[in-house]
Amino acid sequence: MTAHSVQRPHALSIENLSLEFPTYAGAVKALDGVTIKVGNAEIVGLVGESGCGKSVSTMAATRLLPEGRYKITQGSIRLFGRDPMAMDEEELQQVRGKLVSTIFQEPMNALNPTIRIGQQLVSVIRRHEALGRKAAEAVAVNILADMLIPEPARIMQAYPFELSGGMRQRVLIAMAFSCNPGLIIADEPTTALDVTVQAAILRLIQGRARRTGTSVVFISHNIAVVSQICDRLYIMYAGRIVESGPTRAVLDRPQHPYTRALLRCLPERVRPKEPLESIPGTVPNLLDPPPGCFYRPRCPEADARCMEKPHSTALPGGQAVSCWQRAGHPSHPSSEVPS
Amino acid sequence: MKAAPLLSVENLTVRFPGATNWFGQVTSQVHAVNNVDLCVLPGESLGIVGESGCGKSTLVQAVIGLVRLTSGRVLVDGHDFAGANGTLKRDLRQKMQIVFQDPQSSLDPRLPVWRLITEPLHIRGGMPAAALRARAEELAVSVGLRSDQLDRLPHEFSGGQRQRIAIARALSTDPELLILDEPTSALDVSVQAQIINLLLKLQRELGLSYLFISHDVSLVRHFCDRVAVMYLGQIVETGPAEAVFDDPAHPYTRTLLASVPSLENSLPDVDASLTGELPNNRRLPAGCYYRERCRSAVPGCELPQALLAVPKANAESAPRHQARCCLHMPA
Repeated sequence: MTAHSVQRPHALSIENLSLEFPTYAGAVKALDGVTIKVGNAEIVGLVGESGCGKSVSTMAATRLLPEGRYKITQGSIRLFGRDPMAMDEEELQQVRGKLVSTIFQEPMNALNPTIRIGQQLVSVIRRHEALGRKAAEAVAVNILADMLIPEPARIMQAYPFELSGGMRQRVLIAMAFSCNPGLIIADEPTTALDVTVQAAILRLIQGRARRTGTSVVFISHNIAVVSQICDRLYIMYAGRIVESGPTRAVLDRPQHPYTRALLRCLPERVRPKEPLESIPGTVPNLLDPPPGCFYRPRCPEADARCMEKPHSTALPGGQAVSCWQRAGHPSHPSSEVPS
Repeated sequence: MKAAPLLSVENLTVRFPGATNWFGQVTSQVHAVNNVDLCVLPGESLGIVGESGCGKSTLVQAVIGLVRLTSGRVLVDGHDFAGANGTLKRDLRQKMQIVFQDPQSSLDPRLPVWRLITEPLHIRGGMPAAALRARAEELAVSVGLRSDQLDRLPHEFSGGQRQRIAIARALSTDPELLILDEPTSALDVSVQAQIINLLLKLQRELGLSYLFISHDVSLVRHFCDRVAVMYLGQIVETGPAEAVFDDPAHPYTRTLLASVPSLENSLPDVDASLTGELPNNRRLPAGCYYRERCRSAVPGCELPQALLAVPKANAESAPRHQARCCLHMPA
C-alpha cells in the first residue's frame, strides 16, 4: 500500500497475516494467512467458534498481545495506513483510544473498580483532546446521555460496582466513542448481557457508528447477532478465514461447508424437537494442524484435492471462499446462486 | 385424564436476607422467587426463560434442595420433598438430578471420569467398585464417551465432553427428572447442537422429564413442550411452547421475543429506555411487576395481577396458556 494512494487507506487492513505463539510444546499457529479489510464507515463482523483467532487478529492489530510472547511469521497490518508493529509505546498510546478503541466483553474487568466512572471517562478524554477538566466533563456527560444512560450526571459520580452489567457496558461504549476514533473493535460486547439489553446495545453501537462514520469490527461467536448489525462478514475457522462477503449473501448462500454447518447448527432453522445438525469431530490442534484444509477431517465434501491448502476464490457478488470444492465451479449444484 | 405430575411446585417463595443491622437482625430482604406454581408431567420438557437475576436458577435450586425455601411446597411424585426425612427423602432425591452450566467448575478436577460419573451411587453406597465401574462404562457409552476414556481426568476433555460427563453423572441414579441449568451456555454452537441432540435422544430412550433453564429463547422453543416466562421472581406467562412464542400475551414476553437476535430479521426497534433493567427486588413493586417498563400500562395495572387463562379462539389450548396481565390482548 502506498502512503499517497488516491483513496483513503482502509481503517484496518490485515494482509496475509500469520502469527504463532511459541510454547514449550512447540509453536501454536494461531493465525495462518489471515486477510481482513475494514473500509471507512464500514461495520464488519468476525465470526467463529472459540479459539479460532478472532480476538488474536484484532489484538495483534492494536498490539495488545503480550510483547515478546508471539511471533509474526508473515504478512502485514495497517491501521489507517500506519504499521502498528513499527510504533513505539508512546505512539501506541496516542493511537489507542484516539484512532482505534476496543470494547471488551467483561465490563467489570475493563473498568477500574476504585475510580469513579466520571474520572475514568475524563482521563481518557483529556489524554487525547486538549480540553480542561470542566470541558471534558461536559463531553463525558454528553456522551453518556447519548448512550441512553439515565441521569448521566449522577452516573459520573458512581463507582463501577454500583451499576448493572448493561449500564457498565454502556459506559465502556461511551468511553470507546468518547474521542471519536476512526475504528472501534467490539470484542463480544454483548455476550455477557441479556437479550433485551443486547438489542439496545447493538442499536447504540450501530447508530453512533453510522452517525459519526466510524468503522467497527464486531467480533462474536453468535452469527445471528453479527448478522443484525454488520455490512460484511468474515467466517474464521482454526486461524484461517474460510469465507467472507456481504452479510446477506453469506447467510443466504453460504459456500464453505463450515459456514453451512454453522448455520444449520442453530435451532432457529430446524423444526422443534428435530435433531440439530452438529459438526462431527473437533477443532484441529493448532500445535500440529493437519495438512491441507483444516476443515477436511470434519468435512462431508472432502476429497483428495483437500490435502492441499485451499486458496481464497472470489465469487460474484463480493463473496470469497477458501474451499477446493468451490474453486473451479462457484455455482455448486447444492447451492442456489441466483443468475 | 391427565397424568399425575412428576414434580409440582406450589406457591414457592424464596427470600434471602439482604441487609442486617448492628444486632444481626435482618432489615431488608431480597425477594428472589415469589409465589411460583409449576408442574412437570412425566416425559415432558418445561423451559424457564427470563433475564439474568429474574430468579430462574434460585427457583430450581430451591426445587432440588440446594436453597432453603421460605414458604411453599415442592412435591415429587406427590410427596413433600422439603419435609421428607430418612429413606423417603433419599428415594425422592434419586428421582431428580441437576446438570449445571459450567462443567469446568461442577466436576471435581482430581477424580477420574468413572469415579465422577458414579459419585452419586458411591454416596448412596452398597455397590462394589467393580459394579460401579461397569455402570460408569455403560453410562459413558450412552452419552457418547468412549470406554477407554474412563480413567482420564476432566482437564483432558473439551467443554462439550465435560458436559457429557456431567450428564452421565446426573443419569447414574436413574432419575425421572433432570434439571438443566443453562447446560449449553458455556459451549460453542456446534457443540451445543451435539449436547441438545444427546438430551433429546436420552429423553426418547429413557422417558426423562426436563426442567430446562435458559436465556436462549430459540433454544427453549426448539427443546421444550411448555414454557414459563419469569420476571422478577414471578411467572408472568406460561403455556405450550408454540402458543407462548407464536402468540405471546404478556407485554414482557413480547419484548423478550422481539429482542432475540435472528438471522431473518433486522435489528429490532426496541426502545432502550424501556428495555431498561429489572427493578430492585429488595422492595417489590405494588401491582404488576412489569408496569414501570410496560409500554401498554393502563389504569388497573397498579393492582396485583393474577395468572389467568388467555382467551383463545382455539378453546382446546386455552386453559393451558396463562398470563399475568390485565390486558390479555394479543398484539
